[in-house]
Amino acid sequence: MAKKTIREAINEALRQEMARDPDIIIIGEDVSGGAGGSGEEDAYGGVMGVTKGLIGEFGRERVIDTPISESAIMGAAAGAATTGLRPVAELMFVDFVGVCFDQIMNQAAKFRYMFGGKARTPMVLRTMIGAGFRAAAQHSQSLYHLFTAVPGLKCVMPSNAYDAKGLMIQAIRDDDPVIFFEHKALYDIADEVPDEAYTIPFGEANFTREGDDVTIVAFSRMVHIANEVADKLAREGVSVEVLDPRTSSPLDSDSILESVEKTGRLVIVDESAARCGLAGDIAGMVAQEGFEFLRGPIRQVTVPHTPVPFAPTLEDAYIPSPAKVEAAVRQLLDSKRRRMSA
Amino acid sequence: MTFSESQLLDAYRRMRTIRDFEERIHTENTTGDIPGFVHLYAGQEAIATGVCIHLSEKDYIGSTHRGHGHCIAKLCDVKGMMKEIFGKQGGLCAGKGGSMHIADLSQGMLGANAIVGGNPPLAVGAALTAKTKKTRHCAVSFTGDGGSNQGTTFEAMNLAVVLQLPVLFMIENNGYGEGTGADYAVGSKDIAGRAAGFGMPAVRVDGTDFFAVAEAAGEAIERARNGGGPSAIEAVAMRFYGHYEGDPQSYRSAEELKRIREDSDCLRIFRARVTAEGMLREAQLDAIDAEVAELIDEAVAEARAADYPPVSELTTDVYVSY
Repeated sequence: MAKKTIREAINEALRQEMARDPDIIIIGEDVSGGAGGSGEEDAYGGVMGVTKGLIGEFGRERVIDTPISESAIMGAAAGAATTGLRPVAELMFVDFVGVCFDQIMNQAAKFRYMFGGKARTPMVLRTMIGAGFRAAAQHSQSLYHLFTAVPGLKCVMPSNAYDAKGLMIQAIRDDDPVIFFEHKALYDIADEVPDEAYTIPFGEANFTREGDDVTIVAFSRMVHIANEVADKLAREGVSVEVLDPRTSSPLDSDSILESVEKTGRLVIVDESAARCGLAGDIAGMVAQEGFEFLRGPIRQVTVPHTPVPFAPTLEDAYIPSPAKVEAAVRQLLDSKRRRMSA
Repeated sequence: MTFSESQLLDAYRRMRTIRDFEERIHTENTTGDIPGFVHLYAGQEAIATGVCIHLSEKDYIGSTHRGHGHCIAKLCDVKGMMKEIFGKQGGLCAGKGGSMHIADLSQGMLGANAIVGGNPPLAVGAALTAKTKKTRHCAVSFTGDGGSNQGTTFEAMNLAVVLQLPVLFMIENNGYGEGTGADYAVGSKDIAGRAAGFGMPAVRVDGTDFFAVAEAAGEAIERARNGGGPSAIEAVAMRFYGHYEGDPQSYRSAEELKRIREDSDCLRIFRARVTAEGMLREAQLDAIDAEVAELIDEAVAEARAADYPPVSELTTDVYVSY
């Protein structure tokens, strides 16, 4: 099986689905790039090159460069989705949701319920998340918690290339609006990815490490940090289970609870927010549904309650690090030892 | 542009139905039996009708918080609408939407929309579907003078011009955005001119004159269907009632309200013209009046008799599947 990066996996998913279904269009800023200029077509293929080459295959009628008008892009995708297309719209950086959230939150997300179950809005919104690029406060956030809080939206955040392809194809074939969060630090991560099309169902967690002592729940890039910590501690004989929910809405609560029942300890690593983020949400769920499984407090390793800073020293300190995750795991294990010796 | 007798009767029936529907909601609302709040379209009937008379159920419209008139002009089921406004089972949105969200996709009605400026991007999306699938259908975005000041409207207009989409931006200037006058809030005082600045044909018409609206809309819709891209029409017609039912309307004078009813009643203007010019007879119009009155009576009675949705429906239809 060929190794492909997340960028290539998403591109392949889009290409295969567009070839299968003529109702699928791509719409966004610079999704090809070069429209109206004196240079080459497909000058960008998306600012990260994820949609590169698609215009050559499917033409400008299906790979549509837009003005920088995020409300119009989101609304056009929502309106097109309810009337028969299956648009894949791009919101270049999730930070830009500030200028267009109405079209997502009040329009696309609510059509089905508000119209009594008669509407279908099969749109995918691709958007970039993540700190670490020295891009500062308005190009670095991981705002998936905002979307997770909105009923009617599904939220997907792949951590590896295999998942990226299968989840993207699932997102395109899904009849609800799906927000697909791509971490900008993961695009070049490569895995074995089948050439043929396949889907991964939403709401099914992936266990990236199996273990008995501690459960770490992590999303997107944080899965890699959790894996790193698990591998390090394994060499000391500590058995860490890492669970990647892959989608925050729907959330595979059952798998999280089953793992916590087994390990009795939970660390949640989350880049979204210190307050009202995914870590707090999952901690609340486990406290309510699985309190009796817990042998120590739930530890949340999150970003601080600050905007994303610019200076490298500050940004590096902002992102949840392997050291912080390891410290959280050790704290939980220490509390076990203390209790056993008491 | 000439209209057949059956087209004129159809137009009158739509306008009369809107007027009676809204007048009746005005009365029913005082009983306290309509949950929430309602925004009435009375006074602007010629605009929705003058546009929708050119559309089929395959053409889409996006609407506003003042959406009853657009629904009726687009031939949504009046009884289903009334049930929806009462929040009852059998409502067009199963009682989950209410006055501000009435939709019927099977009639090409993309929903009343409680966000001012919410629908222009959506109508652009419906037009994108039509263009991509080469259907020759079109989309109409109904917005007001208030919505004309929203950035979403500007973005939608620009994108529609860039992609040459079959969409008509129908801007109903009824003089007020909530309680603030358009003369104050629309900087240029010229909404059509502003739309033209985006690079599309735009005209201003008398929104109390069905014929003026229908001619301008017919031309714009024909252009859209033929690949000529978007257009805009600013149609001026005052609303008879307040922003919402219960609005004391202290921002406008009693004389203004009286003058609107006397001089700017689109139904009266229509009736006078079609009878004076021999296009229709009084008796034909009277017969429609009687039929519509009966329909509205039935709609209210059925809505009142219907049950509220069961609590079991609270959590249904959030997703197609989850």
